[in-house]
Amino acid sequence: MVIVRYRYIGSNVQIAMEQLWIDMAAVLAAAAPLVIAAMGETLSERAGVINLSLDGTMLLAAMTGFAVAFTTQNLILGFAAAALVGALVAAVLGVFSLTLGQSQTAVGFVLALLCTDLSSFLGAPFVRLPGPAVPFMPIPGLADLPILGPILFRHDPVIYASFLLVPATAYLLYSTRLGLIVRALGERPAAVYARGIDVTRWRYAMLILGGALVGIAGAAFSLDLKQGWSYRHTFGSGWIVLAIVIFGGWRPLRVALGCYLFAALEIVATRSQSALPGIPTQMIQVAPFVFMILVLALVNLASSPTVARWIATLPSVWQRPLLVIVYRLRATAPAALGQPFERP
Amino acid sequence: MRIAVEQLTKRFGTVWANNRLTIEFAAGQIHGVLGENGAGKSTLMKVLSGYLRPDEGRILFDGKPCQLRGPGDALAAGVGMVHQEPLDIPAFTVLENLLCAAPPGVFRSWRAAQRALEELADRLGFAVNPVARLDQLTIGQRQQVEIMRLLLCGAQVLILDEPTTGITAAQTRALFAALRQIAAEGRTVLFVSHKLEEVAELCHTVTVLRNGEVVPPGQLVMPQPQEYLLTLMFGDAGTAPPIYRPLPSSDSPPVWELRQVTVRSGTLHLLDLNHRFAAGRIIGLAGLDGSGQQVLLRLLAGRLTPDRGQVLVNGRDLSGASAIAFRQAGIEYLPADRLRDGLIGALSLTDHFALLQRTGVIVDRRTAEELARQAIAEYQIKATPLTPIAALSGGNQQRAMLALVPPTARGILAEQPTRGLDVASARAIWNRLQARRDAGCCIVFASPDLDEIMEYSDEVIVCFAGRIGPPIPRALLSAGRLAELIGGVGFEALVEAV
Amino acid sequence: MKRVAVLTQPLLALVAAFVLTTLALLSTGVSPLEAYRLVLFGAFSTPVRLSDMIMLAAPLLLCAVGLSITFTGGLYNLGVEGQMIVGAIAAMVPLRLWPDWPPLLLWLIAALSGAAGGALWALMIGILRRYAGVSEIFAGLGMNFLAGGLALYMVLGPWRRQSSASLSGTDLLPRELWLPTIDRLRLVPAAPVIALLALVIVWWALTQTRWGLEVRAVGLNPAASERLGIATTRRMAETLAACGALAGIAGMLQVVAVHHALIPNISSGIGLLGLLVALLARANPRWLLPITVAFAAFTVGSIQLPLTLGIDSAIAGVLQGALVLFALATRIRQ
Repeated sequence: MVIVRYRYIGSNVQIAMEQLWIDMAAVLAAAAPLVIAAMGETLSERAGVINLSLDGTMLLAAMTGFAVAFTTQNLILGFAAAALVGALVAAVLGVFSLTLGQSQTAVGFVLALLCTDLSSFLGAPFVRLPGPAVPFMPIPGLADLPILGPILFRHDPVIYASFLLVPATAYLLYSTRLGLIVRALGERPAAVYARGIDVTRWRYAMLILGGALVGIAGAAFSLDLKQGWSYRHTFGSGWIVLAIVIFGGWRPLRVALGCYLFAALEIVATRSQSALPGIPTQMIQVAPFVFMILVLALVNLASSPTVARWIATLPSVWQRPLLVIVYRLRATAPAALGQPFERP
Repeated sequence: MRIAVEQLTKRFGTVWANNRLTIEFAAGQIHGVLGENGAGKSTLMKVLSGYLRPDEGRILFDGKPCQLRGPGDALAAGVGMVHQEPLDIPAFTVLENLLCAAPPGVFRSWRAAQRALEELADRLGFAVNPVARLDQLTIGQRQQVEIMRLLLCGAQVLILDEPTTGITAAQTRALFAALRQIAAEGRTVLFVSHKLEEVAELCHTVTVLRNGEVVPPGQLVMPQPQEYLLTLMFGDAGTAPPIYRPLPSSDSPPVWELRQVTVRSGTLHLLDLNHRFAAGRIIGLAGLDGSGQQVLLRLLAGRLTPDRGQVLVNGRDLSGASAIAFRQAGIEYLPADRLRDGLIGALSLTDHFALLQRTGVIVDRRTAEELARQAIAEYQIKATPLTPIAALSGGNQQRAMLALVPPTARGILAEQPTRGLDVASARAIWNRLQARRDAGCCIVFASPDLDEIMEYSDEVIVCFAGRIGPPIPRALLSAGRLAELIGGVGFEALVEAV
Repeated sequence: MKRVAVLTQPLLALVAAFVLTTLALLSTGVSPLEAYRLVLFGAFSTPVRLSDMIMLAAPLLLCAVGLSITFTGGLYNLGVEGQMIVGAIAAMVPLRLWPDWPPLLLWLIAALSGAAGGALWALMIGILRRYAGVSEIFAGLGMNFLAGGLALYMVLGPWRRQSSASLSGTDLLPRELWLPTIDRLRLVPAAPVIALLALVIVWWALTQTRWGLEVRAVGLNPAASERLGIATTRRMAETLAACGALAGIAGMLQVVAVHHALIPNISSGIGLLGLLVALLARANPRWLLPITVAFAAFTVGSIQLPLTLGIDSAIAGVLQGALVLFALATRIRQ
């Protein structure tokens, strides 16, 4: 009797674990567009330029990617078109802010609204049409590994790309000479100028590269994650990516963690709907966004002098671990972020 | 490499910053360029290092004319400039800063770069830690890093702009030794300064600039008598010796009194401060950047709350009160960056006076404009009551800032009162400050310029590594001793003697 | 020479915006002239559409005026949508609690309640900014999401329709509680009057009072203002509260004068459109009213587009966004 009971519990646990791996895989998949966009924005902001138009760009790119892929039945062209759109919008932002000297925030915001409306207008003929989707491509061999298999290796190319993008971005920023220049552009452009680098041209390059990645992220929605096109298809993801970049302290690995955290929250929210029938769906959909803002507040609190002073008043046995936590959470923006560069 | 300018001219509007300069700087020597603020030294150096393009004239490297489109071109041609605040990336380490945007092919790898750096540091007598972050180093150390970076990137001509402002005596000695070594290796060093003693000690030749022109007879071989150089720099004005004023005693409570104050800011931790600042004094805070003068100034302004102790203003305990409470008690704070922290660039002087009004719902423009007119007349500000502050020159902005200090002010805190000002404006500002002092105000100011501290202070407080020394009557101090004290030499003895 | 230069700049922006919009129209195969006829002049074609335009312009003007206050103080108050929503909810409360009270009294209480709700919601952004260092952009966005969720909850929960909970909103308010309407026109004269009053009062406050001068100083240079003795944090909070209050009143108008109920989309993007208007009018506040009227006209005019020409009405948003974008380019460097 005892043995049977153990076996029963054992198989339940096994089913639960398998469900856990599937859930984790779902988180990784759901976060893929966010990760791609966030890496792009991290590069751009490290070079000193904020692209506030993210949400609009993602929508416009998602629509364009879907429209092109639908019309040509070619996924690659769809993604390419989306990347182009993302790069173009970023270029426009560059012209208005870097060349014409207007506020990056203002221009970015207006572009966000403009691109949202453009996507609604131009995308109207494509609403709710079934379109091509990125094929599911588990990696042979690796997909059968015990735990890592279902989590990491049963996805499609876009999600694999998002995995690779994170260490690639980190490597670029921290281990290459190029990365040194990019980081210096965001910290002290005057010093980079003194070394003979054309600050504006490099900032354009990073901004446009970031924009292209954001475009690909948009297409990752309409051609992969949430196939098709509809009004407000990406549901505010652009805004949350901006917040995640801040939360991640402009460090690629931490930013990616933030994306996965948010995706996890979204999935938890969806799952808990059945457990909480009293609360309307829309409210639960909204919860992760609010939570991210709270997390942002927490991160900023960690950097504030008030907290430092409060910690100093605690008994010393608490101080060290708290200080370590606070230090880890600290997020310092690139010193010259958002500030226009004037050639002296 | 030989570097020369021929008929170099640069105009800013109606001002001739450089007027037909013709100078030749031979290789293998240290050339001093002397002149007061506004004489044209900075402009000349900016042209030579590629930041500005001349309106007329040419630059010649080893006899060949050269067009410099930017600082990158200049470095490629072999000219490197070390600015007063080095143009490095504070968040980077020494090595990262070295490799960032270095000319292609100079460093084959990080390891090679580190080896080259350490070897050069050895040769020049500098101590360097390749993995230290630049924002943890002093200005003197950052200067050393910058010099090495420029040399490693191929600079044959090194330009230093007022390098000894804000560094210790020991660092100055190390710098001079390094510069002699660099010149001995065949390179050209241009040493820009307004300090005669240093030019006398270091330079092989000296060129004096005044009002944008080379003062005849042009480049002189050192040594030259000091009085002669002074005449060249100032004409016949020269510098009058400071007058010793006996300090008035007063029965009124001190403007500030600190009782066992402990305060913390960033990495600085000022402990157990007990100071009294009496009325009718000018007190100069001398010290290297980041030694505590700023912290003290902000504490006295109420912008920092002490962890322990009491801060009394005019006898009232204002510890922990807001900066606005301090202001209401008569304390005024004049920041170093006028346009960023001091005044509102887009508004006019009238608007500023209107902002000082405390009563009434509607803005009283008439009174404000009248006050502005009075201020313009009294302080000789070159502006109209309606001109936006941003359009004024630095000197006039400083005068405006002083004019906005109410006559009832009891204490004035000035971070670098004459930063970036020409001689005439600086003298005018100090005249006004001295007038305030005579009327009973207590003025506490910080300045990296030891000459300014020596000339205008009644008492000097030396700050070193977060420790605040006792006030020293200026008459008991010499410029040399002060330079040593700010570097820590004799500081312990000073503190213990109290 | 100079006069021509000053004139051509805004004209250039106008032309560029129309070029972009025309390109978008051409890509759908529709005649641009037909589309423009509807978008630009459709709002003036019939009295009903004209009154619709006025009923949109009123809350839009309130939001734009409020946003010009926060802009003067140097803040990007993206949370204006949330403030409108919370104002609408707050205004609804007295109307549902005490429907039998004299209407005039109720409207007054509703207006005050709406203003208070919006102001408090806006102050949350100030608190997040001051004590948690969160930029007002993200605080505003977060609060918008929260407000949207709150409205949904009220519509589907405590205030749901008696028949069955519906996403199209709560039950309509009793007829006596509707603000006086010119029936056939759907026009509520009180709405534009309130909006214009707000415009005049705020213009006076910003240019003539000491408070207004201090707010301007804070927006231009907070550090220097602090040094000159201005309570910068308090002024910024006051601008947020003022904008929130005006947005709250706009929300109240949406409930009492336009929809006569609480719907999930009560703010209808009016807040963000107001941000566009305020951005465009920053250089010259005299243009606040004309731009509001123009933008409201575009939105109302474009409503017919799907039925008449088969294209999406978002083209109005494209035109509005393009106008602001190119106008930004013609400004003096920041």
